[in-house]
Amino acid sequence: MIKAILVFNNHGKPRLSKFYQYFNEDMQQQIIKETFQLVSKRDDNVCNFLEGGSLIGGSDYKLIYRHYATLYFVFCVDSSESELGILDLIQVFVETLDKCFENVCELDLIFHADAAHQVLDELVMGGMVLQTNMADILCRLHEQNKMQKAEAGLSAAPARAVSAVKSMNLPQQLRDMKLPDLPQAIKDLKF
Amino acid sequence: MALKKVKGNFERMFDKNLTDLVRGIRNNKDNEAKYIAQCMEEIKVELRQDNIGVKANAVAKLTYLQMLGYDISWAIFNIIEVMSSNKFTFKRIGYLAASQSFHADSELLMLTTNMIRKDLNAQNQYEAGLALSGLSCFISHDLARDLANDIMTLMSSTKPYLRMKAVLMMYKVFLRYPEALRPAFPKLKEKLEDPDPGVQSAAVNVVCELARKNPKNYLSLAPVFFKLMTTSTNNWMLIKIIKLFGALTPLEPRLGKKLIEPLTNLIHSTSAMSLLYECINTVIAVLISISSGMPGHAASVQLCVQKLRILIEDSDQNLKYLGLLAMSRILKSHPKSVQAHKDLVLACLDDKDESIRLRALGLLYGMVSKKNLMEIVKKLMVHMERAEGTLYRDELLTRMIEICAQNNYQHVVDFEWYVTVLAELTEMETSAKHGCMIAAQLTEVGARVADVREFAARECSAMCARAAAAPPGPASREVLYAAAYVLAEYCNEESVMRESITPVLVCARAHAGGGGAMRARAVCVHAALKLLAKLLLLYEQRGERNNAITVVHEAMAGFKPLLCSEDMEVQERAHNATAILTLLLRRIDPSNTMPDLAKEQLITDTLVEHDSNGLDNDTEDGIINGEIASSPFSGGLIEELASLFEGELKPVAPKAQKKVPVPDDLDLDQWLSHDRWSSESSSSEDESNALFTAPQPDARPVTHLTADELQMLREARRQEQANNPHYLKDDSPRSYQQDDVPIAEIALEVPLQVQSKRSDKYLVTKESNKKTKKEKRHSKKRKNKTQRHSTESDSEDADEAIVSRRPAVETGGELPEGAAPSDEEPQPASTDPHRALDLDLDIPLREEELLVTRVKQYPAPGGELILEKKKDKKKKSSDKNSTEKPVKKKKKTSKHTKTAELIPELKSETSDNLVVNNISNDVEGAGDVPPNATQVKNKTEKHKSKKDKDSKKKSKKDKHETKTGYEEALGISTPSKEVI
Repeated sequence: MIKAILVFNNHGKPRLSKFYQYFNEDMQQQIIKETFQLVSKRDDNVCNFLEGGSLIGGSDYKLIYRHYATLYFVFCVDSSESELGILDLIQVFVETLDKCFENVCELDLIFHADAAHQVLDELVMGGMVLQTNMADILCRLHEQNKMQKAEAGLSAAPARAVSAVKSMNLPQQLRDMKLPDLPQAIKDLKF
Repeated sequence: MALKKVKGNFERMFDKNLTDLVRGIRNNKDNEAKYIAQCMEEIKVELRQDNIGVKANAVAKLTYLQMLGYDISWAIFNIIEVMSSNKFTFKRIGYLAASQSFHADSELLMLTTNMIRKDLNAQNQYEAGLALSGLSCFISHDLARDLANDIMTLMSSTKPYLRMKAVLMMYKVFLRYPEALRPAFPKLKEKLEDPDPGVQSAAVNVVCELARKNPKNYLSLAPVFFKLMTTSTNNWMLIKIIKLFGALTPLEPRLGKKLIEPLTNLIHSTSAMSLLYECINTVIAVLISISSGMPGHAASVQLCVQKLRILIEDSDQNLKYLGLLAMSRILKSHPKSVQAHKDLVLACLDDKDESIRLRALGLLYGMVSKKNLMEIVKKLMVHMERAEGTLYRDELLTRMIEICAQNNYQHVVDFEWYVTVLAELTEMETSAKHGCMIAAQLTEVGARVADVREFAARECSAMCARAAAAPPGPASREVLYAAAYVLAEYCNEESVMRESITPVLVCARAHAGGGGAMRARAVCVHAALKLLAKLLLLYEQRGERNNAITVVHEAMAGFKPLLCSEDMEVQERAHNATAILTLLLRRIDPSNTMPDLAKEQLITDTLVEHDSNGLDNDTEDGIINGEIASSPFSGGLIEELASLFEGELKPVAPKAQKKVPVPDDLDLDQWLSHDRWSSESSSSEDESNALFTAPQPDARPVTHLTADELQMLREARRQEQANNPHYLKDDSPRSYQQDDVPIAEIALEVPLQVQSKRSDKYLVTKESNKKTKKEKRHSKKRKNKTQRHSTESDSEDADEAIVSRRPAVETGGELPEGAAPSDEEPQPASTDPHRALDLDLDIPLREEELLVTRVKQYPAPGGELILEKKKDKKKKSSDKNSTEKPVKKKKKTSKHTKTAELIPELKSETSDNLVVNNISNDVEGAGDVPPNATQVKNKTEKHKSKKDKDSKKKSKKDKHETKTGYEEALGISTPSKEVI
């Protein structure tokens, strides 16, 4: 069983966290912090397995991680999982993300954590490995996104337009410009 | 309407979406908390709006904030609302939020039951899949119970995607609702041979998880798995199956024999390292289970070890790590084959990777022999000096001691060497924790190995001298505790004794450290007295009165500063010692006629001055006489003093106390001091046969015990307790030994040691019936030991005789000291859900279990009718609920009014009655009645109507059915009466 999947950057900022066992928010943050401290002090050329996380699991649990550029992908698993298998799984996860975002980087995860969660949900379910075939995963994701697009249809067009404007590389002030009066004005209009 | 929609969308455009939130947080790095608090307020406003899109947006933002550590459990109701939306987009957001923030104990989970059921039965496979994924993260007992059937139905869905998810989901259901396992198992088994490889893999996954905790119940599946293993090419699944076999083989050796060949083939053929590694692991498990006597057995071991060597030699650190990990498994059963690769393991000790070094250290434990122990320890000592990082250093030291102490010091040939190593480790000054470990080793070696005692005493004397010279570090402070004890207990050389009394006393006062130091200080005081007594006895035997007097004076001078020590125990002991010495001095130095020696000290030492008033007349001839006559110059006092410290302290087996039989005449239920209380207190005779609750309040106030009487009572109770072996463990030594000779205190504070006299007392009884195998084994071990130590035959024999009288010697010393050995294997945590899953899956389902399977209500092809019927019933009940609502409203608290407000919204939002039904259900349930009450009521009502129908048909079974009806009323399940 996989107990938790954590993605954080080189500074320990969480980018994605999934706990398959309940911990409250404070505990989750502590676990992320502890895990980061354990993982970050290791060189890149040492092995990817780590024992000794005290907050999560216990002696049966291991941290299996990979470090990609600015991100750490850490899986906390028990002895029923194959160590090398999980390493492969992390690879599959990252490659799938790469396919979904086209050259994935930290920013993609920052702004689309929900999309990353969707990828993960096709990979692992409730702590158990669901699918390891990347083509299958991509196919499932694609179909679901298609459903979402079909739903949005025309009505989403204005929202998309606004978000496109917002995403444009405008000066920050303009982007953060608040438009509270406008909707209020519209609201006040009598239809 | 359309305009309204447009308006809603238009408003939405300007809401902050998730991207804006993230961007905002990034732009407000300095006052992030403030910014997020502001966003939270906005979110709360958004959640209050009618538009589900706005809500979904808010929930999406909440999910992000949850990741950053913000509690969003307050929004659980809004999340459920978003989950219940008809749109897949919003559902996705809702379920993501739910899977991140809900948990099995979340409050409003029962609201979700029907909604999730609806999603599970949705036409679109992705909606059902979404529900399954979400549910897997927060399923509770109630949800598992209510949805088990729906999920089981999905297990036979036509879509492999759903089958796969449903199979995995079942594992979560089993964990929360173990009753579902037996009814669902046949189906699960069926899925092992599903045409879709994904489903197959999922089923294997689930069975593996189940079998890992309760392997014996799954042995019957071995043939299926064997077939899968030989036919499948999916590495993921193969790994799981092979791991499963690893868990099964210890229970069925025949299986292991069958496995060896295909596994060996796989090892030779596969190119996937992960598979290779798991194969090796399972072969190891097989080899352990069948132990020996199998042809080709040695070859398999050889193959494994060779492959592992390749892994360890690989440049990939991961393979190296795993290779070492697997090696440690082989080590347990085939230490010889691993020992051949000692070079490799030792090389790994120098690896730059800590994980690998730690693994290699773990391996060393099994690789030492008499021949290489010294060499390995030497290497570790070098590492110890070099090692940076406390974790590794700590581990090194622990391992080193473990290696040496294992199996009753099996590999240690030269104990003088070992004592030296301990001394050196002390000098490295690691930490107090390790000080304790070293201290324990010192005392244990002292107690167990008679030969090395002299040497150990000398070493300890040196240690004490060092500690006296310079303030000791944290480790030395702990070791001092043992050093002082060993020194005083085992030292017999005059010069050493003479020299170390003063340093030991200096140690007692020199360092004003923390609690650890305090502990050692009291022992030091005591050790000094012990040394002095021994030394005096020696002098007396030789008749050297002058020396005796000198040494007593010296000691008293040493004790003097301790008389006003800030540590209570030190002070008390120092006073005791001084009092004894004063007495003694009066006897052996009865005059002031030794001006040159005594006078100087008399000036400083008031106590001596005070005592010297007693006898003035003795002359030097007395001393001469004493020397000539060689009669004891102290009149036997020294002898008596020394006799206080006589007797050897023997190691006691950890389980000795437990093995002490209860004497036949001992009634444990009898009140121990009842007689005493009634006879010594002035209470009347007739009260003696009353219960002790009655006389006590009377007796207590009447008796005004004087201090002496109290003392007497206390003494009497102590006596009683001392004679009763069952008090030994619970009682702290101090409670009845306080006024005793202080020796007992040290002895009891050191683990594994108990004053021999007392332990003899109740061990004698065991002597007659003590002729067990264990003893034989033990004596064998002892014999080995005697061979190693050629000279200790006599003392060892005596030792053995005494030891063998103890009922539980077999473990005496086999466990490392301080390991707090317990003879019960650790019980699995009571919270482990797997315990409830330990069910026999082979016996056929009983009828009452079949009731659990609501699957019968949803048969795949013809189930629609019943399903609809049920829905109708639901609608009815929902109507009923809604009619009841206004009545109940009065009872609602503020929280529930909120839910009530939301209901009309939801009605407009979703055309689905079930959700409304569910929520109104909750509104009811949230009142005074327990949450399930309405559901249960509905059910019972349903049963009743059914029962009526049934009873018309067959009135015979009435009784039985009433019974089941009650059981159902408890909410266990909905029965399928059709089955009966």
